[in-house]
Amino acid sequence: MTEKQLSADRETLFAPQLNCGAAGGSCTAARTFVIATTNYNLDLLRLAVAFLLLTVYCLLVTIPALAQDDGPTDDEVNAVAKQLYCPVCENTPLDVCPTQACAQWRATIREKLEAGWTEQQIKDYFVEQYGERVLAQPSTRGLNILVWILPPLVFLVGALFLARYLRAVSARRPAPAKAATSEPAEDDLAAQLEKELAKRR
Amino acid sequence: MTLTLGLSALFLAFLCAIYATVAALIAGPRQATAWIESARNAAMLTWPLITLSAISIIVMLVQGQYEVEYVTHVSSRAMPWYLKVTALWGGQAGSLLFWSWLMSAFTSAAMFRRWDRDRSMMPYVIAATMITLGFFLSLSLFVENPFQRLWQNEITGEIGPALFQPANSTLFTPQDGSGLNPLLRHPGMIIHPPMLYLGFVSFIIPYAFAIAALVTGRTDDEWIRTTRRWTLVAWLFLSLGLILGGRWAYDVLGWGGYWGWDPVENAALLPWLTGTAFLHSVIIQEKRGMLKVWNMILIISTYSLVIMGTFLTRSGVLSSVHAFAQSAIGPLFFGFIGITLVTSMGLLFRRWDALKGETQLDSLLSREAAFLLNNLLFLGVAFATLWGTLFPIISELVTGQKITVGPPFYNQVNGPLLAAIVLLMGIAPLVAWRKASARSLGRLMWIPAALTGVALIAFYLLGARSPLALAAYGIAAFVGLTTLSEFARGTRARMRLGENPLAALANLTARNRRRYGGYTIHLGVVVMAFGVIGSNFFQMETQATLNRGETLTLGGFTMRFDSVTQFPTDDRREVTRATISVYDADGAQVGVLHPRRDFFLDSGQPMTIPGVRSTLGEDFYVLLVDWQPISSNSATFKIYVNPLINLVWLGGIIFILGTLVAAWPDADEEKRYVAAPASLATRSAGAD
Repeated sequence: MTEKQLSADRETLFAPQLNCGAAGGSCTAARTFVIATTNYNLDLLRLAVAFLLLTVYCLLVTIPALAQDDGPTDDEVNAVAKQLYCPVCENTPLDVCPTQACAQWRATIREKLEAGWTEQQIKDYFVEQYGERVLAQPSTRGLNILVWILPPLVFLVGALFLARYLRAVSARRPAPAKAATSEPAEDDLAAQLEKELAKRR
Repeated sequence: MTLTLGLSALFLAFLCAIYATVAALIAGPRQATAWIESARNAAMLTWPLITLSAISIIVMLVQGQYEVEYVTHVSSRAMPWYLKVTALWGGQAGSLLFWSWLMSAFTSAAMFRRWDRDRSMMPYVIAATMITLGFFLSLSLFVENPFQRLWQNEITGEIGPALFQPANSTLFTPQDGSGLNPLLRHPGMIIHPPMLYLGFVSFIIPYAFAIAALVTGRTDDEWIRTTRRWTLVAWLFLSLGLILGGRWAYDVLGWGGYWGWDPVENAALLPWLTGTAFLHSVIIQEKRGMLKVWNMILIISTYSLVIMGTFLTRSGVLSSVHAFAQSAIGPLFFGFIGITLVTSMGLLFRRWDALKGETQLDSLLSREAAFLLNNLLFLGVAFATLWGTLFPIISELVTGQKITVGPPFYNQVNGPLLAAIVLLMGIAPLVAWRKASARSLGRLMWIPAALTGVALIAFYLLGARSPLALAAYGIAAFVGLTTLSEFARGTRARMRLGENPLAALANLTARNRRRYGGYTIHLGVVVMAFGVIGSNFFQMETQATLNRGETLTLGGFTMRFDSVTQFPTDDRREVTRATISVYDADGAQVGVLHPRRDFFLDSGQPMTIPGVRSTLGEDFYVLLVDWQPISSNSATFKIYVNPLINLVWLGGIIFILGTLVAAWPDADEEKRYVAAPASLATRSAGAD
């Protein structure tokens, strides 16, 4: 079998558990996961097994049932989930992902909240488990600092260039005689209108 | 038969594109008319050929020729015929062909219409467009061919796609296809990709003319005049595509919003941002002969971003760099972007001196300076967006760590820049060309500024307390008022001619369509801004699990969960549909909503369709999150109240109308153009 078919087969194997379809197209999500598994296989394979077990568990215990007791409200769970991204779907915030897998991750957040974890602790836990990609915005550590620094830096450099350009082009022709004698140039349309009016009077 | 026809036509179109490029490049420097004519004919022939190819795919989709891999991939028996037709752009191979088809339609039209006017530039216009088209056609032929059929090896039993019959194999025809991605079965998604593609491909026309100007050394603003309408048309379609995409996200993605700074959205936004900067800065070149180099840089960047947008969304690089490495399409695109960018910039450097500005800036307080500030801000947003989109790829390449750059990043980095753009939009039109005085500016602005103060007090009394939201509302109100005051000023001037106000306004707009079309677009942006501010700063949400008959209250509305039913449909969906009643603060029933969850059995994909009660004031937006499958006694709902969100769509409509006003063909202008041949035309003062 070709590599393509092989991964396609794995995809179908994983697909039922990995249906994350909201924003990015489900197949890509599953495929990414499969590719990831082949590349860093041991850690992620373990993850995959854990994930399968979680999903099975999730099928047994539905969320409405969980919500019956006096634990944290859905809104409290969503407040945390909003700041996290689904670990397998493409660009889908965890609070809105419609899949079973994400429902399970939300259940995990609920458990942690019940156990008295803080928001930060839960976020750290997800980062530890699934990597930095679960954070909606990159941290300011290491290479990631660049994502924050570069746009303002480039904008400032652009602004400096613009200022220099403006100074240069306005200095090249110092104090035009025209501007000194005439009124500041009025809006051209208004002037044109006045001219037209004068013609017809 | 159909397949052979379509494939041959595709191949012939590719040959035509290559021939046109070669003939045009050889004939161009010598001005060998017969060869240029021949190149033009070949270039125009690509359109009927690709049309034939596209039609044959549609025929195969509608007839259900499932031995064709693409047909199996994107269609199924249960799909209605119109979805089978639109499945042409529902998958990778088909959408690339569709891209080529639209592009060849536009280039043929450009060559047909502009032929007699720009003879010296034409060979290079043909070359630039046909190189691009040839590249896309080569992808369709050699990498993602929509005409590949499925073959089964008689010995190993293995099934695989191939263009021609491999040894020891027979044709394999599946019983049914896997069907179109459910998310794409929405009216918005049927129209949205063609609009985006139209926007993308029409930017290639101004780019090709810019390149032709660089090669021929005709560095006056002839190329800008010739392509002004093309640029507006490109911009119109791109804007329409973006707005429709937002609407689609709001209707089917089920997260209560319309713009998520998703990399795919960003890929479409990027050429729009540089294109918008271009639209504004060409006005300075036309009026004052400045910024010639800069405009070249802007159109070259826009073209590169168009190709990159296609690359980002088509190569899979966004989901993982590994996916990129595995598909042949990624490296090819990468190479193409690199080569075209380097060539274009090389041509630009060669003409650098000839492109020096003719006039100088008289004052820092002038329309010219304001336009330059506009460019700086648009490019600032474009850079931040590009950087945020590409950074996850860079991070994965450098550290192996995949990260997410989500909406919080863009809101923080782009938010202030976008607010500055909107503010500038209100001030710049009041600033005179060459040199403005603070006094005349103050005279034009004090009434809008005073009214903005009144509006701010009203917003405060209506309950807007956050300083940030108030500032944003204040900017939007001020800009709306200054723009309206510009309309009022012009109308009043005409009324002195004895016209009634309505006729004055209509004549004013008709005689300066570019200017007042532009202001209408600005008004559209202001209306959208109100929607964006309202729905971002004041969105409310809550989620709860309800038993039948129980209620949930949010933002003055109360919803009652009545029932939930589950049923299968003919097109292989399992639909779970809830019925809820909505009551306003007085307890009067204002609507019955049916939020639902569709589960697509073939693809195993769920889709959340909200139930929405929509008014101009706000949307009450309900999602069915979960339910008890057997007893169906309880269900979990997530509800959003999105204030003013419909202003986003209303503003979008105003925006598009304004663009139409500015872009609509102008009979007078055409006449002037013919009367004064390009070579004799001097820089006119311009009516706008």
